[in-house]
Amino acid sequence: MPVELYLNVAVSGLLTGLIYGLSALGLSVIFGVIRIVNFAHGEIMVMGMFATLVLFRHLGIDPLYCIPIVAAALFAFGYLLQDLVVRRIVHLPDYMQFLLMAAIAVMIVSLCLMIFGPDAQGVQVAYAYDSFQIGPLLVDKVRIYAGIAALVVSGLLFAFFRYTDTGKAIRACGDNQVGALVVGLNVRHLFALTFGIGTACLGAAGAILVLLIDVHPYLGPSYTLLAFIIVIIGGLGSLPGALLGGLLIGVSEALAGLVFQPSMKSAVSFGLLILVLLLRPQGLLGKEVR
Amino acid sequence: MTNSNISKAAGAAGSVTRRTVVAGIGAAGIVAGTSPFSIVRAAGGPLKVGVLLPRSGVQAGIGQDCQRGVEVAAPILKELGLPELQIMNGDTESNEQTARSQAEKLIGDGAQLLVGAFDSGQSAAIAQVAEQKGIPFVINIAAAPQITEQGYKYVFRNFPTAVTILTDAFKQQLEIFKQVGSAPKSVVFLHVNDTFGTSMAGGIGKVMPKFDMPYKVTETIAYDRAARDLSVEIAKAKATGADALLVVSRLNDAILLTRELVKQRWTPEAVLSMGPGWYEDQYFKTLGKLSDGPISFVPWYDPKKKLSQTLKAAMKKAYPDVNMNTNHVYTFEALLVAADAYKRAGTGDSKELTEAVRSTNITDNVSIGAGISFNAKGQNDKVGDASIQNVGGELIVVAPEGAAVAKTVWPMPPYDKR
Repeated sequence: MPVELYLNVAVSGLLTGLIYGLSALGLSVIFGVIRIVNFAHGEIMVMGMFATLVLFRHLGIDPLYCIPIVAAALFAFGYLLQDLVVRRIVHLPDYMQFLLMAAIAVMIVSLCLMIFGPDAQGVQVAYAYDSFQIGPLLVDKVRIYAGIAALVVSGLLFAFFRYTDTGKAIRACGDNQVGALVVGLNVRHLFALTFGIGTACLGAAGAILVLLIDVHPYLGPSYTLLAFIIVIIGGLGSLPGALLGGLLIGVSEALAGLVFQPSMKSAVSFGLLILVLLLRPQGLLGKEVR
Repeated sequence: MTNSNISKAAGAAGSVTRRTVVAGIGAAGIVAGTSPFSIVRAAGGPLKVGVLLPRSGVQAGIGQDCQRGVEVAAPILKELGLPELQIMNGDTESNEQTARSQAEKLIGDGAQLLVGAFDSGQSAAIAQVAEQKGIPFVINIAAAPQITEQGYKYVFRNFPTAVTILTDAFKQQLEIFKQVGSAPKSVVFLHVNDTFGTSMAGGIGKVMPKFDMPYKVTETIAYDRAARDLSVEIAKAKATGADALLVVSRLNDAILLTRELVKQRWTPEAVLSMGPGWYEDQYFKTLGKLSDGPISFVPWYDPKKKLSQTLKAAMKKAYPDVNMNTNHVYTFEALLVAADAYKRAGTGDSKELTEAVRSTNITDNVSIGAGISFNAKGQNDKVGDASIQNVGGELIVVAPEGAAVAKTVWPMPPYDKR
């Protein structure tokens, strides 16, 4: 097979990996600070995809411009969900938390089915079928836009956590909740804010992803699973780890499809997961817990 | 099939009726080791037909599409002078266990004949229940050959088996190549790796060597049913330099494959599909002009038959934006078989009704083939397939010759010039 074929596939995998990474950031942010495993992760992203679909169809807004709108809407959803529901069960055993999030996931699926029906639906932007020819590379325009958008949103998120007082306060809550309370931080508000930021990431990822794939109510679980694989590979709770995990999965899935059989893609993701769990259980960029 | 009848059926679902008790006694008889006996019900009223479809779950879209064939049936059957049917809807939830329990429930609620269930696995599960309870079951859509190879007495299928579908597909490909005076020299075979896709792939391996096909399969690419992205698959297929694509897919992957063909600037001579996806309504709606070109080899309707035109007109009136397809045709025909058998049996007695279904001989039908009748195994071996091409947003029959209404557009119009 020609070298340009490998290059094309690797670039495509890299761009897809950026979106996977952004989606996994949502899971990582929430777990890293609140220590809640969001089993409704994929379903919340599907909500973002449907919201984008509605904005595109009824108001004609390009999905890329929908990113801030959908992210803001899902931020509000996440904030309220944490403050009104999740907060009340954080002291319960893990399995109770899992069940709550799974119940929320089921409710979202049912709601989407009632409103949008079971069929897959997509957005048809003017540039949907365009591609850039760069030397031997033929890169899908939508994928480039989507990858850049994912990179920008991830960059903003990193900057928020690194340079703003609120971001630093959230990180403090994640590192030591008691300490945060002692120094007078409003932990309840910061937790809600964190959950909101996590779901906003999913909203942004959903708005971007709807450019690449059609949305239907049953799409969620596969993305929940994918996000788990990514954050475990990258390091649970590590933001750069989530992005790195996304890139690794995107590229390795694409190349595995080319070198072996496309139906081997998932096997490669899970193979990587097993390898990381065996050799570096804390993940590539995760901190070792003793 | 009026609303009141449906509501009566729904009402019956929630309460214990005389029929429930009788059916219960029947089931108890089977459990006790006695042979299933005939469940006698009053003649004269509408026949109670339990229609089992995947109305929710992953196949919900297709199940709901099949239901359209049910919705338009009543006035057509009446026009044909056939008795009224009382439809009792059941949801298999796209899984076999629910299909089984829903079949039992419908029979318990008084269903005298079952119709369903789009999917081979779910139909096989219902067939076991029908056989156990002694209730005739008319399969609308299911291609797995083994369903009618079990020696069942109450199971009937008016749908070609996978082997027939494949045999017809290769025969008609040769017919098309002759018709257009051209043929691909090489193809890439792309298939989804679910039960249907892999069994079709296995079947192709066995059936294709029996035909002197002008092309070689340069590469076989299997992909995951839940694949989110098929760019690698198309890149790999394109790199082989094959003339055409041979595909067995579902709806979502058919859309994904087409998008990738466009994005990767590759228009093969032809896309030859031996499964669903490429002719479905959602495919047209999603892709618009880009949906033109693929040829599907599928169980279909004969556009030249009178009843096809009647059904098509009824579909057009009820669902103006939907093209009539396999789902509507075979679900409608299953009800046609039920009504026809009920008319001839003159009773809802399960044994007499089953015998009436067995002796079906309908020549005025919709699907491709000589009509509807069943062999000793309960299979309609006269039912055939058609080659349909997407042209201008419509589905045009291009083969077999007897049913064709237009010549094949060959090669496919380039994607970048539409």
